[in-house]
Amino acid sequence: MTGHWTELIVFIILFVAVSGMGFVASRWRRAQDLNHLDEWGLGGRKFGSWITWFLIGGDLYTAYTFVAVPAALFGAGATGFFALPYTIIAYPLVFLPVLRLWSVSRVHGYVTPADFVRGRYGSSLLALLVAITGIIATMPYIALQLVGLEAVLRSMGINHAGILGHLPLFIAFLILALYTYKSGLRAPALIAFVKDILIYIVILVAVIYLPIKLGGWGEIFGDAQTKLSSINPATKAPYGSTLLTANNQLQYATLALGSALALFLYPHSVTGVLASRGRNVLKRNMSALPAYSFMLGLLALLGYVAISAGVKPVVNAATGKPDTSTVVPELFHGQFPGWFAGIAFAAIGIGALVPAAIMSIAAANLWTRNIYKEYFKRDATPAQEAKQAKVASLVVKLGALVFIVLIDPQFSIDLQLIGGVIILQTLPAVAISLYTRWFHTWALVAGWVVGQAWGLILLYGIPNAAVKKQHFGGSALALGKLNIFGWHPFPGSALQVYVGFVALVANLLVAVIVTLVIRRFARPLGVDATSPEDYHVDEGSPRIKEPQLDVAAAPERT
Amino acid sequence: MSTASPDGKAGSGLRFRAWNLLLIIPLFTLITAIYNKHDPTFIGMPFFYWFQFVGIIVGVICTSVVYLMTKDEPNPVATDPGLDVDDLDEGAAR
Repeated sequence: MTGHWTELIVFIILFVAVSGMGFVASRWRRAQDLNHLDEWGLGGRKFGSWITWFLIGGDLYTAYTFVAVPAALFGAGATGFFALPYTIIAYPLVFLPVLRLWSVSRVHGYVTPADFVRGRYGSSLLALLVAITGIIATMPYIALQLVGLEAVLRSMGINHAGILGHLPLFIAFLILALYTYKSGLRAPALIAFVKDILIYIVILVAVIYLPIKLGGWGEIFGDAQTKLSSINPATKAPYGSTLLTANNQLQYATLALGSALALFLYPHSVTGVLASRGRNVLKRNMSALPAYSFMLGLLALLGYVAISAGVKPVVNAATGKPDTSTVVPELFHGQFPGWFAGIAFAAIGIGALVPAAIMSIAAANLWTRNIYKEYFKRDATPAQEAKQAKVASLVVKLGALVFIVLIDPQFSIDLQLIGGVIILQTLPAVAISLYTRWFHTWALVAGWVVGQAWGLILLYGIPNAAVKKQHFGGSALALGKLNIFGWHPFPGSALQVYVGFVALVANLLVAVIVTLVIRRFARPLGVDATSPEDYHVDEGSPRIKEPQLDVAAAPERT
Repeated sequence: MSTASPDGKAGSGLRFRAWNLLLIIPLFTLITAIYNKHDPTFIGMPFFYWFQFVGIIVGVICTSVVYLMTKDEPNPVATDPGLDVDDLDEGAAR
């Protein structure tokens, strides 16, 4: 423990201060009462540009991102840098769809993406599929925030096996659960300010101070290339390279594209979007959010800095294996004075709390709106909805905690990998439906089933020799392995592609074919509750009805 | 659906703005062949890395221009008589 005390004290002071903010947040821009889902789950739908920027930024750039992206460069080199093109193209890609989603949701009072699908197609089944996909994809994401938090704790010397090792995590999450319950979306929105300011300070210092200390970027990239090109005894091949190879370029591009398309399908991103005040707030944010990409890119390079500084990952006392998530925390521990390392650890730790809170709120909204209200209590009052969502957010967080404590953290990393692939399969039902209702409801269901099933089968079949895993070894599929009912379209090809992308193509193909077939025999199902102008409405329009217009109870709009 | 009439009458679900085409530009960062090389380096950083940082700036410029050029878009109102007048004007101009 020696050498860790200063870090721990700074960490605890900042953590406690932020938790206090979380509880006070319920009074911030207070509404008449928090007993309405619009207030608890969307912060009153009136966040301006700054708050939205911090909220969405805090939402998307999570603690897991902070530890996993540099760890990917540390372990495999250039392929980990896909996070950069991913966040470069994400905002231009979603710029227009997000505006349409905001407008239509504001007019009809939609709280979740599944609400929109329910209104657009009049199909509770399709909405249920979207809601379930969202919840399943979000749960492991919350668990991963704990992995990020735990990486920091282990680097501060709190590295024990069994219950004792998890106790600090337990306390941190209990506090988080309590203030989210009390303050709703206002809590992470307020805390995000602190988190981002801390993160920016830490990153700026790290990327200026560390290269000077270690002999400059030229030296760092040289060291990284030397280390990565050495032979990994487990795979009998180099660990990686600081450049892409002929085989992984397609994987790099499709992973970036697939991740960018998936980003705003995640329910927690939608929550951040719907909480904003108007269309111009969102447009301004789509322009300003890439500032985070800059930070993310610099942060990613810390993986190489860690190689150059000779960092060794901490051996996780609970699993007995080296934990690569600890690479960046170990770098800070080794290179910075204790008090500054403490600030850095607090930044990452708080970085876990903000997204975990938003994600649990988003999952709770899905549960409440699209499962509880749809199937259990159709006449739920707004107050009952809010109550249900608050309790659901507690259950979701508890679930994530149990996950981490009882099951190997590696399992939640696998699930997160799967989560990215499965959430992408809601693209036709959610994103494309913002533009057209051409697809038949049953075709979307069929495409969803095929996309999910095939995506899972492909992921299951990918081994990873480096960590001795037979299944779920990564998201890069060698095209030569592609097998469509025994037909190999690219035999022997070693070219790699992102699984989610392949599954999405299959999903879309099925949806198109089934739509064409059904249209020959039947009329479209259901009623479209939205009208074309709804997709352009902005704040202040008389079309926006305050505060509630029920989706489930209003299949038709007059 | 797909009744997107080009004259922008109420009832059209899609609006086309030429400025929005700028949003396609950042996709160039997906073409890895452009930048997957070591030289030229910048402050010791291989081309692969600093090129993608430049890509962020290009992306920001594109989204910012679209924001500035489209921030005064009309706010549709259901039975707004003004809209009808606009439509009539457009019809008369042709």
